[in-house]
Amino acid sequence: MERTNEQWVSDLRSSGSAQDQALGDLRDKIRKGLPYSLSKWLTPSDPNFDVLADEIVQETLLRVLDHLLSFEGRSKFTTWAHKIAVRIALTELRRKRWEDVSLDEWVQGDDGVSGFDRIAAMTPNPDLSAEQVDIMERIQQVIHDDLSEKQRTALLAIGVHGMPVEEVARRMNMKRNALYKLLHDARLRLKKSMAADGLNPEEILAAFEQG
Amino acid sequence: MKDNGRMLKKLLEMVVKTYEQEMDCAEVFEVLDIYAEAMVRGEDVSAMLPKVKHHLEMCRDCFEEYEALVRILESPDL
Repeated sequence: MERTNEQWVSDLRSSGSAQDQALGDLRDKIRKGLPYSLSKWLTPSDPNFDVLADEIVQETLLRVLDHLLSFEGRSKFTTWAHKIAVRIALTELRRKRWEDVSLDEWVQGDDGVSGFDRIAAMTPNPDLSAEQVDIMERIQQVIHDDLSEKQRTALLAIGVHGMPVEEVARRMNMKRNALYKLLHDARLRLKKSMAADGLNPEEILAAFEQG
Repeated sequence: MKDNGRMLKKLLEMVVKTYEQEMDCAEVFEVLDIYAEAMVRGEDVSAMLPKVKHHLEMCRDCFEEYEALVRILESPDL
């Protein structure tokens, strides 16, 4: 029999066999969801799958119990629990996938050209007009003048190189949410500075795509 | 050179899609289960929660989590 949201919360908050039964049922549901949620990262035939899945389920149950009172009942209880499992799982998988990548790689390339300097540190290209080269240099100037070092690093690592926010945050000793806000501030600052400098990003994009 | 051009393009695309008011990852996480369930029911989630949709376009971490949750909700044996 499927539990209602209220029954899930009530059983998990109780003690004894009702709680044990609910924990067991929730454990099964979370475990069954993992092959689907992790399918783009890891298949169940991977030798690491079972160990990771057990860790995720255990951590999810603990977190669900810790946050039970914050469940508002606006979704199915199991969806809410799966959401927590997904966050735990992907945080771990991202950590493993990116563990060998250093932020320095993006910020300071092998060739010694740092971060966004790359945009303007280009050799003259016959495909670009003098006007386009000028625009690239002006954008780079805005990035240099108006963004902080942290903002430039975040923008480069996340926005340009596709590194996960979570992983960049870990390397910068920040919370993921704080880093997203920092990134938003950087994008907004850039947008405003470009506008003040008479640079319209839509038009520039269109011109570069045509060119 | 191509690398430089791609870098600039990504940067400009981000700037174009930037708004003064955006939801952050924590706010989106709060409603991700509601949003995913509505999407799976076939409701027009982008109209209901446009700021969530925008955040998912801007934040790959949150988008991956949303996709993973939808895969669970759409799975036949759950």
